[in-house]
Amino acid sequence: MNSVIEVKNVSKAFGGVQANHDISLAVPEGKITGLIGPNGSGKTTLFNSIVGYHPIDSGSILYEGHEISDLRVPQIARLGMLRTFQQTRIYGNMNCVKNMLISVPHRKAAFMDMFRPYRAELTEKAENLLEFVGLYAKRRLKAGDLSFGQQKLLEFAMALMNEPTVLLLDEPTAGINPTLINGLIDRLKRANTEFGITLFIIEHNMRVIMNMADTVYCLAHGELLASGPPEEIQNDQRVIDAYLGAH
Amino acid sequence: MHVDRTPWYVYAAVLAAGILAPIVFPAYTTQIALLWLMILFALTWDILGGQMGYNSLGNIFFFGAGVYISAVVQIGIFTDVGAYTSARGGEQLVLGYFDYFGSLFAGMGAAAIGAALLAIVLGWVLLGLRGPYFAIGTLGLALSARELAGAWEWIGGGTGVPMPIYPGLPHEKSVVFYIAYFIMAIVTFLTVRWLYSTRFGLAINAIRDDEEKAEAMGIHTTRHKVVAWAVAAFFLGMSGAAFGNIIGYVEPQEVAFPTVTFGIFMVVMSLLGGKGTLWGPVIGATLFHIIKEATWTYMLGWQWVALGVLIVVNVVFFQQGILGWVQEKWPERFGLVVEEDPGEDQTAGAAAE
Repeated sequence: MNSVIEVKNVSKAFGGVQANHDISLAVPEGKITGLIGPNGSGKTTLFNSIVGYHPIDSGSILYEGHEISDLRVPQIARLGMLRTFQQTRIYGNMNCVKNMLISVPHRKAAFMDMFRPYRAELTEKAENLLEFVGLYAKRRLKAGDLSFGQQKLLEFAMALMNEPTVLLLDEPTAGINPTLINGLIDRLKRANTEFGITLFIIEHNMRVIMNMADTVYCLAHGELLASGPPEEIQNDQRVIDAYLGAH
Repeated sequence: MHVDRTPWYVYAAVLAAGILAPIVFPAYTTQIALLWLMILFALTWDILGGQMGYNSLGNIFFFGAGVYISAVVQIGIFTDVGAYTSARGGEQLVLGYFDYFGSLFAGMGAAAIGAALLAIVLGWVLLGLRGPYFAIGTLGLALSARELAGAWEWIGGGTGVPMPIYPGLPHEKSVVFYIAYFIMAIVTFLTVRWLYSTRFGLAINAIRDDEEKAEAMGIHTTRHKVVAWAVAAFFLGMSGAAFGNIIGYVEPQEVAFPTVTFGIFMVVMSLLGGKGTLWGPVIGATLFHIIKEATWTYMLGWQWVALGVLIVVNVVFFQQGILGWVQEKWPERFGLVVEEDPGEDQTAGAAAE
């Protein structure tokens, strides 16, 4: 099986805090991979390392077989690897459709492309994706006026608009109304199956991640604790201890 | 992607006002020409300050660079610049119409392109600064340029450079430069209007709202920021070239780098009219210029106090500016929707291909 992302022996420290220590994992192409672990176990740090937000101390990160640990955030994003933020980030003063339009892939954007107008098909695509996440009725509203959960959905739709190969989602269901979570799980799965996007998800909601992921990695204290299919992880004594604080 | 909903008669009225003003008020031709310059200032400042969220306090640098580039080109065509400036105005250039306008156009072109190139080079460095650091960094740029120009003997130092003498009558000169500023303001307006309708407009808005998110989405942020500044610098440089010729004398403090007057005016005018809007800077500049000219005439001695009060009231009570306030009050007139629109085919579903 091809791995889209390969993390090899990655370490990252902030001052005296060893946020990630010697972590190795692989995200297989076309699958949904989960990343769990207690608060402060280094999940978001690992995400930030992968997308180039900060340099890593040692190790290597491969994307489709190419080293990317020395690239910067926008360059990695243009390769087709996108992330969403734990603290949702959207363009607050622009309406939803504009948020979507500016999220088109910038992979092949030549210099003069920035002076082109938007084609009507793009607006249509933007509206279809807003429909897909259930925000069609709010498409002309200022994104900053949406509720937190709606902003999360918008951020997800923006990511889809970018047609990524891999999407790294940092707690996609945090702050979302429990009744909406099922809908979101369904949409994430469809993004995976229908659009063929590989997903790598940080999630605290065990019901969500066990329901979706093909493989789950568990971090604790900055180190990789366990990995395997959801059933195995759920019953792994080390994982249970880590969550209950016995570690 | 701002759809310009301005009715045609607004454009017609502005055009008519621009053409009729110097005919109806011939004595005020230069003051009205400066109004068009103020509009150009506010429009170019707003590209970064309003649309991209980068508050520059040093855009006047590109104006001053234009003043000097044009002076050097206009004089350099006919004589040695160093010898000319060291004569301290002893041999001012007297040219015929053909030479005057030929060198003027060359100077304006060089000033526009030169200023844009300076913006590209400086932008790579300064546009890495965010928020207040960018504001202070650009202010430093303008102030240090002023000091450098004052110390550089080749371009006249603090004494400055006398510009070539206009070959015709004084009023004819006012009309010529009136037309120049009128056209420049229109071209600037049309350029930013077009820019804001392209992907570029949305991208710089995205940078304003959340630059880190824009980077994470793969937008070429540096490219957009540098181009935005270069566009502003292009028009500022060109307007500076004309300004040196209107005054007839180029020196760093009052003509080329008037940081505390023009440099601050451009910020104030955009804020007054409503930053981040197409017409806001135009409205702000017009109102500001009229208030300024009126206070200069009727409240001499108190004019700076009056302007200061205007700035304080604007910043403290009225941050969104005139057009911003109007847009908040009547959003639907500007195509800003505040209510949900269920649309016609909500049940079509799953249309995402």
